[in-house]
Amino acid sequence: MDGKTLAISVDDLTVAYNYKPVLWDIDLGVPEGVLMAIVGPNGAGKSTLIKAILGIIKPIAGSVTIYGKPYEKQRKLVAYVPQKGSVDWDFPTTAIDVVMMGTYGSLGWIKRPGQKQKKAALEALEKVGMLAFKNRQISQLSGGQQQRVFLARALVQNAAIYFMDEPFQGVDATTEIAIINILKELRKAGKTVVVVHHDLQTVPEYFDWVTFLNVKKIATGPVKEIFNDDNLTKTYGINYKVAVNK
Amino acid sequence: MTISEYFELLFTDYTLRTITLGTAVLGAICGMLGSFAVLRKESLLGDAISHAALPGIALAFLITGAKDTNVLLIGALVSGLIGTFWIRGMTTKTHLKSDTALGLVLSLFFGFGMLLLTFIQKQPNANQAGLDKYLFGQAATLVEKDVTLMVIVTGICLFIVLLFWKEFKILLFDADYTKTLGFNTRFIDILITFFIVLAIVLGLQTVGVVLMSAMLLAPAAAARQWTNKLGVMIFLAAVFGAFSGVFGTAISASQNNLSTGPVIVLVAAVFVVFSFIFSPGRGLLFRQIRFRQNRRDLQLKKTLQFMYGIAKTHENVSHPHAIRILNNFQGFTKKTLQQLEEKDWITLSGQQWALTNEGFSEAKNLYNQQENHE
Repeated sequence: MDGKTLAISVDDLTVAYNYKPVLWDIDLGVPEGVLMAIVGPNGAGKSTLIKAILGIIKPIAGSVTIYGKPYEKQRKLVAYVPQKGSVDWDFPTTAIDVVMMGTYGSLGWIKRPGQKQKKAALEALEKVGMLAFKNRQISQLSGGQQQRVFLARALVQNAAIYFMDEPFQGVDATTEIAIINILKELRKAGKTVVVVHHDLQTVPEYFDWVTFLNVKKIATGPVKEIFNDDNLTKTYGINYKVAVNK
Repeated sequence: MTISEYFELLFTDYTLRTITLGTAVLGAICGMLGSFAVLRKESLLGDAISHAALPGIALAFLITGAKDTNVLLIGALVSGLIGTFWIRGMTTKTHLKSDTALGLVLSLFFGFGMLLLTFIQKQPNANQAGLDKYLFGQAATLVEKDVTLMVIVTGICLFIVLLFWKEFKILLFDADYTKTLGFNTRFIDILITFFIVLAIVLGLQTVGVVLMSAMLLAPAAAARQWTNKLGVMIFLAAVFGAFSGVFGTAISASQNNLSTGPVIVLVAAVFVVFSFIFSPGRGLLFRQIRFRQNRRDLQLKKTLQFMYGIAKTHENVSHPHAIRILNNFQGFTKKTLQQLEEKDWITLSGQQWALTNEGFSEAKNLYNQQENHE
């Protein structure tokens, strides 16, 4: 990590719903240009960590900086792909319209998207292989297609850091490969990508950086160095390898 | 008076014109804002707010002793807003789900309002009569001043909706994401909610506390059936609402003893039922028709597939076969064969059938998803 710029820096972050802490005293530095997985069991606070970093959930303590400055001042550098299930896909709108929403942040209040924004949205749709579906009502898209639309919406933001909440959930193999290829391209372009991930098998193949989380941060670092039985056992509370090979 | 007489009178009779204009404008603003409520899955919020407005009306009367509509409506607005505030507070600060919070606020405020109303009715004050019209509404009491207020509020509301169109849309679709883009979602939220409360309060005089939520929901629910575009949906909802207002007023004016509010709501309900059945995209009727068509289509293709299985064993795909050999296969009828011939997939001659080249290639690619998908 030495010598590398920190894209994201989280200090003493603590989040609690009611009384029970969901995240406890998280310190986390994510270097620029990594493709990082956040792994941990259900209820470990993976989504909450992302949401707290993005200011969607208010932490009870701690601070987040993006490239050394408070997140509020660096919003334009950050894009977010929420969980697919977090919105109502029967909403009366089309794929291109959803992607266009990614430009709203740079437009600011009141100003409407124009040709330039439309062009950016079309390009993003093409990148995720959804150009043919641009005028499709979003409820008529398959789960994988909906996920790609969400990804395109984030791509339009042209950010430096991408946060994604379980982008591979409920998508087929074709979409999973398409998405991971885009993520790898983003890394190649020097972007930082943080992904909440569930499938431990694919971690070494997809990611180069990993954070183990279970309310507390267990470990964070390069996949090659820290993705091992020891950390898996600490995070999931079972001897992972033994449990799998039973 | 018949309905046609009513429409003639509309151009000459001042009172009738005022009332019709009032109900039309009310229908339009309710349809417009009701769309937001429906899309936010807050359909019942309108019901709770309208009931919550009742104690405000009663208190405003008790405090001022006057029955001035505007004063009563301000009372309604204040208590409606307090009710909304409580609902929001309950859902964010306690473990209660929003339906419970809505139900609690609705019954609590309505109960308190009814208590105050009965208390007022026992008062030795000649002025008290007629407050109960706010329960079921009485369009006949609309005067020009009321309608002017409605038009102004609707105008402002329309302006705000157009101004913050993009912000409203993204908040309705994905609130968390909107927050990450740097928008003050709380402000947008308050703006939408405030206008919904305002529209409800405006409608109380005409439609009444009890039926007000139908004015919000029915046009929006009907409009959603016809379109997949937010703008079109809101426009249609406003149009449906306005028509419900006009037709409702017309029907109630042309018959004796038909209260306007309920009739307007019933007309709106007719729009809903009609839309649920007859809308081309989502309606039950067309869905059923499409379902049957698909099933017929599948049957046709199944037969074709079967023929393909026979034909591909021959070098010449168009080699004729006896129709009899299809008999073992269920789902084949004379009609199926005729339809296959109409599509130029097979040729029939006497008791024989033969696949055409088109039919052969169609059958070959039938379940090849990659090619059929786009």
